[in-house]
Amino acid sequence: MPKQLARGVPLLSRSARYKKSGKWAVKHRGPVEGQVKKSKAVVTTKTEKKLGKKGTRTVVRPRSPRFYPTEHVPTKLYSRPPRPPKIRPSLVPGVVLIVLAGKLRGKRVVLLKVLPSGLLLITGPYKINGVPLRRVNPRYVIATSTKIDVSAVEVPAQLNDEFFKKPANSAPKKSQEEFFEGDKKDKKKEISPERKELQKTVDNQILPIISNQEYLKEYLNAHFGLNKGEYPHLLKF
Amino acid sequence: MPSQPIRLYTKGVVLGYRRSKHLQYPQWTLVRIEGVKEKTDTQFYLGKKVAWVYRAGKKNKDGSNIKVMWGKVATSHGNSGVVRCRFRHNLPPSAFGATIRVMMYPSNI
Repeated sequence: MPKQLARGVPLLSRSARYKKSGKWAVKHRGPVEGQVKKSKAVVTTKTEKKLGKKGTRTVVRPRSPRFYPTEHVPTKLYSRPPRPPKIRPSLVPGVVLIVLAGKLRGKRVVLLKVLPSGLLLITGPYKINGVPLRRVNPRYVIATSTKIDVSAVEVPAQLNDEFFKKPANSAPKKSQEEFFEGDKKDKKKEISPERKELQKTVDNQILPIISNQEYLKEYLNAHFGLNKGEYPHLLKF
Repeated sequence: MPSQPIRLYTKGVVLGYRRSKHLQYPQWTLVRIEGVKEKTDTQFYLGKKVAWVYRAGKKNKDGSNIKVMWGKVATSHGNSGVVRCRFRHNLPPSAFGATIRVMMYPSNI
C-alpha cells in the first residue's frame, strides 16, 4: 500500500512519484535485442454506433473465441515439490524404538529406515517379537539409546510408502447372502508370500547382528510398561 | 502377549477447573500428574494427550460401557507441577477427583 497522509491523500504527488520511480531515466523503450515481441492477435469486431448529433463512434469489441472448453477446468495451483521429511535426530536407522500406541503398543522394535512420507519403517524382527515389516508414525514412538549397526543391512527398494499403502477398495463388497448373514468378526487376513519373502530377506540380515549383542534378543522380546514409581519425565530412555 | 496388561501412561488426578474464588473456566481442567512436583518437571508432559476413561450407563453393541474423553496437556499451572489440560469437550464436574491417563504420545524423544 502506498504511503498516505490521510485516506485518499497520497504522501507523494503524482509528479513526485514519477520522479521517484525513475521511469524518466529509461531511454530505450523499444524491444530488447534478441527478444521477439509476441503480438496477440485478437479478433475484433468494429461496429459503428450512432450518437445522434455528435456523429458516430466505432466500438471495438473482441470476438468470442472459436474454441473453448465446455467444462470449466480450474488451473492447478502451484504446489512445491515434496521435500525430505524432517525427523527428530534421535530417529536413526538401527535404533530400538518403543511403540506407544496402536496394536503394537509396548513393543520394542528396530527402526530400519525413514520413508519419504515421514513414516518410519520398522521390523520386530518378526521371529523375535512378532512384529512384521511395518510403517509407524514417529510421534507415537520413543527412541531408546540402544542402537544396532544396520549400515550393512540392505533394505529392499521395494519397501516404500506405495508398498504399504492400503489398496483403495480394500473392503470387499458383500454379496446378498453375506449381507444378511451379518458381520463375520474373525476373518483371517491373508499375508502375501511376497511379504513373507521380504520379511525373511530383511530379518535374516538383522538377526545375526542382534544375536551378537548380549541380551538384545531378550530385550526386543520384552514389552515396555510403566511400573509403580516409574515416571517418564524421570526415565532415561 | 504379556500376562499382565502394560501401562503406557502416567496417572493423574483431576483437581477441578481453572478458577479464581468466584469465577471458574470450564475450558481448562487442572490435573495433578503423579510424580510431577515442580514446574520444571512438567516440561515433558506438555503437549501429551490425556484421556479420561469412564463407564457410562448403557453397554454398546460391542458389550462395553467404557467411554473416553480426550484432551491435551496445555501448560503448567503454578509452581508445584500442576498442569492445565484442554479437552475436546469440557470435562464434566463428575470427573473431579477421577483418575486421568496422561499418555506418552505425541513423543518428542
